[in-house]
Amino acid sequence: MHALRRFFAILLTSVMGVTLAVPALAQAPRNWQLGMQDAASPVAERLQSLHDLVFWIITVITIFVAGLLIYVMWRFNSKRNPVASNFSHHTGLEIAWTAIPVLILVVIAIPSFRLVFFEDRTQNADMTIKVTGHQWYWEYSYPDSGNLNFRSDYIRDEDLKPGMKRLLEVDNPLVLPIGKNVRILTTSADVIHSFFIPSLGVQRYSIPGRTIETWVRIDKAGTFYGQCNQICGTNHSYMPIAVVGVPPAEFQAWEKTAKVKFAAGEPIPAPALAPSAEHTTIRVAQVQP
Amino acid sequence: MTATSDHAHDGHDHHDHKPGFFVRWFCSTNHKDIGTLYLIFAIIGGLTGGALSIMMRAQLMHPDSHIFASGQHWNAVITSHGLLMIFFSVMPALIGGFGNWFVPIMIGAPDMAFPRLNNISFWLLPPAYVLILAGQMVGDGAGPGWTLYPPLSNSTFQSGPAADFVLFALHLAGISSLLGAINFITTIFNMRAPGMTLHRMPLFVWSMLVTAFLLLLSVPVLAGAITMLITDRNFGTAFFNPEGGGDPVLFQHLFWFFGHPEVYIMILPGFGIVSHIIATFSKKPIFGYLGMAYAMVAIGVVGFVVWAHHMYISGMDVDTRAYFMAATMIIAVPTGIKIFSWIATMWGGSIDMEVPMMWALGFIFLFTVGGVTGVVLSNAGIDQALHNTYYVVAHFHYVLSLGAVFSMFAGFYYWIGKMSGHQYPNGLAKAHFWVTFIAVNVTFFPQHFLGLAGMPRRYVDYPAAFEGWNKVSSYGAFLGGISMLMFLVICFLTFSSKKKLADNYWGEGATTLEWTLTSPPAFHNFEELPRLK
Repeated sequence: MHALRRFFAILLTSVMGVTLAVPALAQAPRNWQLGMQDAASPVAERLQSLHDLVFWIITVITIFVAGLLIYVMWRFNSKRNPVASNFSHHTGLEIAWTAIPVLILVVIAIPSFRLVFFEDRTQNADMTIKVTGHQWYWEYSYPDSGNLNFRSDYIRDEDLKPGMKRLLEVDNPLVLPIGKNVRILTTSADVIHSFFIPSLGVQRYSIPGRTIETWVRIDKAGTFYGQCNQICGTNHSYMPIAVVGVPPAEFQAWEKTAKVKFAAGEPIPAPALAPSAEHTTIRVAQVQP
Repeated sequence: MTATSDHAHDGHDHHDHKPGFFVRWFCSTNHKDIGTLYLIFAIIGGLTGGALSIMMRAQLMHPDSHIFASGQHWNAVITSHGLLMIFFSVMPALIGGFGNWFVPIMIGAPDMAFPRLNNISFWLLPPAYVLILAGQMVGDGAGPGWTLYPPLSNSTFQSGPAADFVLFALHLAGISSLLGAINFITTIFNMRAPGMTLHRMPLFVWSMLVTAFLLLLSVPVLAGAITMLITDRNFGTAFFNPEGGGDPVLFQHLFWFFGHPEVYIMILPGFGIVSHIIATFSKKPIFGYLGMAYAMVAIGVVGFVVWAHHMYISGMDVDTRAYFMAATMIIAVPTGIKIFSWIATMWGGSIDMEVPMMWALGFIFLFTVGGVTGVVLSNAGIDQALHNTYYVVAHFHYVLSLGAVFSMFAGFYYWIGKMSGHQYPNGLAKAHFWVTFIAVNVTFFPQHFLGLAGMPRRYVDYPAAFEGWNKVSSYGAFLGGISMLMFLVICFLTFSSKKKLADNYWGEGATTLEWTLTSPPAFHNFEELPRLK
């Protein structure tokens, strides 16, 4: 029974962790984290609120089943109950444990359908970006900004500066304006990858020969990290995603410099961008309680 | 429980013409011998897959560790781990092993309907196992993941013969399962003893019947998909190649049309075994027998129309996603019926906490945990943040590595006395249960947290922020390694024990036909067919 008890302790901590976690700067994962990263888009917010609902339901169900198991093990142990009864039918019970789960599923399904249609695509896109997966880097294109197009590689260990997050940091992050509906089109140049940013609730495969649509609206300025999430060969673990959300004015300024830089075919060093990204990150940190 | 038999079985034995060693074990047509071969094979497959998983957890104990030479080697190992555990451990143990041993006995049949077909079903597996190992060791190994998605699995991205070895291994294992399924269906429909109507069949037989139908209908689809993959790789076709007008997503549909029934193929026999054990040790008939049988049929039927919930982020139309979401959630209902019926079986019973019962109760609890996280994942909206993360890894290990494997051990301890005539060491077997129970929970529960935080699966290296729970998970896996060794010691002690077991060593609660036979049963099951009144 000790293992069971220990298990419940873990379960309980996780319940508290998910609901009582103090909001922190968590666009990236934290060590010993129990729940999801803080939501930074309407999709992620709704996704997490549905997850919270379902999480409570499944926790109650698990505790209920575990409680029943422990009770029957104790109450109907052969020492306490030497003579077994012989009942094996109870129509009312059987109807109940068919109908009640159906009702619980309906409670889950209604918000769930709403969410899946909300996540599908944006009705009024302010801009479009195209994300192309490569072995093993991401390519970002801004069709609304002329031919702005660049690649985004992870920072190798030898180039990491203090404070950078290994295997999350990239040289050229995807820069997006906050508060705008951004249509995301994913595709791939070779194998299937998956464009996955947990804190923005964004994930779609990037599949060669196909273009898949999804969308995001970033609520607050900051840097949001993700990783390739579909096995894509030997360096699958080494193609992270970083999205920098900046205010629209800053975005336009970045767009201008980026156009010049990337049109010139420069190898896209990010000094112009990196301070801005850091700057916004710090500002986000300050508004946190 | 361990009343030793005090009468000799000479009366049976002189009819018991066992063939010589080679003919008996290599040309076997006896369902019990073939079942034994399957069980030995499953232990070998499980140890191989388990050893790989310990290597994997060693690599993932810290970020930036270099136990694996490259990501491709890592990918080859995760591919082999998945395939070995599914096709060479769980399926041979539950279907080939316990199914072969006990389906004919439980329905009162002298053997399987097609004994020679049964033989070839087994003997296709060892070469398939060799091909899987070849797929891992030749060149850089085949590393497309067990799901084999093209283009990663095509000849551009997995060059060399390794991936072809894996595909041919799956063909052999698939034919093996298919022939086995045909054999089970024929046996169950045609060879039941007089009075053994379908609605009187033990639930294990029901579970095998449903499983066999799932195999019969799903494995050919896998065979078609991997054949197309083989011709894409070697003969210049472009079924899944966009440059030639093919479609990578088509493969995903075909694969999961097989792959989703496959997960029920792995768990349904476990449902059957657990039903028997719960009834036996509660000394009560199973609660709601017909509901239990038809819940399995319902799971089997619905299991065929939910496959695309593995593909929520493949760019399917939103209406399609909504449909697959609804269909997937429905599976929770028959599964819930089973869980509650097991508890109702125990209710009012007189429960003996023997080792098989501990595993069965562990199964119910762990399967519930795995089942409810399945409900979370069934929501396409939530899945957008959890697809392919460690949350999924935790979910399917709770239902398979903990659910199916616990049912395998439950069945092992329940029937090993019947199969071998030997008693397992009781104290060590209880210790084995507790070590395994703690190990698997320490290994897999923290993976929920990693998944919620967004850690992708199939990663050889990860950001520092995931280190804490990965380390805990690795310690759990090492403890799991110890539990595997304990199991081997238990096997040795069981077979070297001198204690003779009675026909029905579990007593009044064990009511199916295998308990009317000697332990172990004679080479030929029934001198005359049993009649059920």
